[in-house]
Amino acid sequence: MSLLEVQHLRKFFATQKAVDDISFTVEKGSIFGLLGPNGAGKTTLIRMITGIFYPDEGQIIFDGKKFDPIKDVGHIGYMPEERGLYKKMKIGEQAMYLAQLKGLKRNEAMEKIKEWFVKLEMQSWWNKKVEDLSKGMSQKLQFVTTVLHQPKLIILDEPFSGLDPVNSNLIKDEIYKLALNGSTIIFSTHRMEQVEEICDHIILVNKGEKILDGSVKGIKHQFKENLFNIGFETGPVNLNGNPPFETVGKKEHSFIVKINDGNKPNDVLKYFLQQNVAINSFNEILPSLNDIFIKLVEGTPLTRQFQAVTA
Amino acid sequence: MNKTWLVIKREYLTRVRNKTFLLSTILLPIVMVLFIAGSVFFAARPEGKKKIAVEDRKGELARFLKSDSSKIEFSFNSGADTSNFDEKGFDGFLYSVDTAGRYFLLRTVKAASNETMDKVRDRLNNAYVSNKLLEKNITIEQIDSINAASRSHYTVDNTDEKNKNVNSSVNSIIGFASGIIIYITMFIFGAMVMRGVMEEKTTRIAEVIVSSVKPFQLMMGKIVGIGAVGLTQMLLWIILIFIISSVAGALLPADIMEQVKDIQKNPAMMTSNPGQFSDTAKGLANLTNMNWPLIIGCFLFYFLGGYLFYSSLFAAIGSVVNEDPQEAQSLMFPIMMPIVFGFIILSTNLDRPDSPAMFWASIIPFTSPIVMMGRLASNPPVWQLVVSMLSLIAGFLFTTWFAGKIYRTGILLYGKKPSWKEMIKWIRRS
Repeated sequence: MSLLEVQHLRKFFATQKAVDDISFTVEKGSIFGLLGPNGAGKTTLIRMITGIFYPDEGQIIFDGKKFDPIKDVGHIGYMPEERGLYKKMKIGEQAMYLAQLKGLKRNEAMEKIKEWFVKLEMQSWWNKKVEDLSKGMSQKLQFVTTVLHQPKLIILDEPFSGLDPVNSNLIKDEIYKLALNGSTIIFSTHRMEQVEEICDHIILVNKGEKILDGSVKGIKHQFKENLFNIGFETGPVNLNGNPPFETVGKKEHSFIVKINDGNKPNDVLKYFLQQNVAINSFNEILPSLNDIFIKLVEGTPLTRQFQAVTA
Repeated sequence: MNKTWLVIKREYLTRVRNKTFLLSTILLPIVMVLFIAGSVFFAARPEGKKKIAVEDRKGELARFLKSDSSKIEFSFNSGADTSNFDEKGFDGFLYSVDTAGRYFLLRTVKAASNETMDKVRDRLNNAYVSNKLLEKNITIEQIDSINAASRSHYTVDNTDEKNKNVNSSVNSIIGFASGIIIYITMFIFGAMVMRGVMEEKTTRIAEVIVSSVKPFQLMMGKIVGIGAVGLTQMLLWIILIFIISSVAGALLPADIMEQVKDIQKNPAMMTSNPGQFSDTAKGLANLTNMNWPLIIGCFLFYFLGGYLFYSSLFAAIGSVVNEDPQEAQSLMFPIMMPIVFGFIILSTNLDRPDSPAMFWASIIPFTSPIVMMGRLASNPPVWQLVVSMLSLIAGFLFTTWFAGKIYRTGILLYGKKPSWKEMIKWIRRS
């Protein structure tokens, strides 16, 4: 069942088509990747989903009903890319304030804050001011305030920027746990290795339009080039006869091969077995999301040119 | 709980808990009292006695040009002239230069004060009158006694239809002071709103907050919260000033306080027998007779109204600028202009509270908070007060609506400062 359905969303600014007819669906409990180069329209899209902007056209279905910003923002936690905290406020008060703005009652909020502070080892921070925190520490605080009210939908825009690997993993684990407990997570970034690791489903947005939509696995298969890595017990291996593949890369103990059209991986194995070569590994090389991303986005200017809107 | 209320509470508490708030609340009345006391002290400090040598060519001045024991001393036939009066220990040398002997020059080393000049003119003309009387066979004794009596035979005060003292210096001081306070506080609290908005924008918390609160709620919460801070401070100041002034009242000489009490008990006495009261007592009685509930009520109203009128505009400016305070300054200029203009009108027309400039400036909401306060002590017609208040309310509703539109877009915009043209587009588009 889907938690969020975005249908034909459109938002034009005076000088730019920020979002032009984008539709997608986010399943309940999934981790969804929203990818795109800088200025692709990700932030505008997210701002519409969080009720900050009204779409010009199209609609958003949230949890089976039409999205109502005033009621539904309490079920959404949003950590924007451009984020900050009140510098002069104490950590505890700040968390309390943001929790109350999300509609939590005071004692309820207190309970949750304490719980999370223990979980992320932040108990001693309560009376510190934000200006005393390092960037990574305030990042942690921001994460806590985003998820404190147990939102159904959590939107994280570049959540790991500025975090060291230890804290990065800590937050990553918490994201997994939240998803396991039924929260749905939209994860916006251009760090592809993280997307590959975390996300179930992704869409790729460029110049305000959706150019890719699918599961991480599905997309990789869609863009695969029939490349395989084959490793040998002993080398060097000589190729005789008429192999069913082209050799793309050659090392002493392994080949990277591209299977010819009409042939199957088994044909490759059969070929080597007939040659009496001892094989110790054989695996498909799928393109990384990074490669796909670059391939799809390459050629379009890095930052979008301003254009007149006639619509 | 209502979200706007949460924002208000945060804005209010973070500021009121601040040490600077406490300090400025206590210090300002003290500084003000010191300032007033200081200026009174310097104004009242007597100038040293001036010794003036007089060249009496016709010999008719020596008899009647009277020295004044504390202020001025005339000497005749001292042998001083324009070149050596300084060496002989005189402060000035008075001599006539025309043949008729009617045009005098007072030669001094440093410029003589207006007060001295007035005295010299006054004494000279008095001496002329006395000489004329002497020619009509009136004795010197008679002339002296008439001169002595005439100094304070008549006194004049100004009252209105309701038999209240008006246009007195006390009234204009009160009007001017409250006008100045509103002028200053509008800047202080307006700038506070602007800085608050800039802080939210530059620390990038704005987007976090507007994902749970509407931008308009955030703006109103900030404006109302800071307005409440201002109101708290005003009330504390009013209370403190009353305490300080009642303490100061206790230090006044007892006989003056007696007179004040007499006037308060029986205002008619002031009109029937004014001679028995000193000017100080009359001024104080005037002060206590003023319609304080009206003045304080209006003060709070115009403070709030003026604050609401301008603070949303300041908020809009805060929302469009980035880190650079210089950008804010250039945008603030058009907003500061009417405030400063109002202050100029008030200070130049203070002695004419019913002049057309004062009238219009006290009706138009851009300047009314400052100017109407200046007029209030001289009892403007009620209908003018009502029109002024209503137009101020209409004015701040409009500026809030107008600023809200700029704020909503500006707060989420990073990077370049938008041009005026773009801002107008934001207002029109939605």
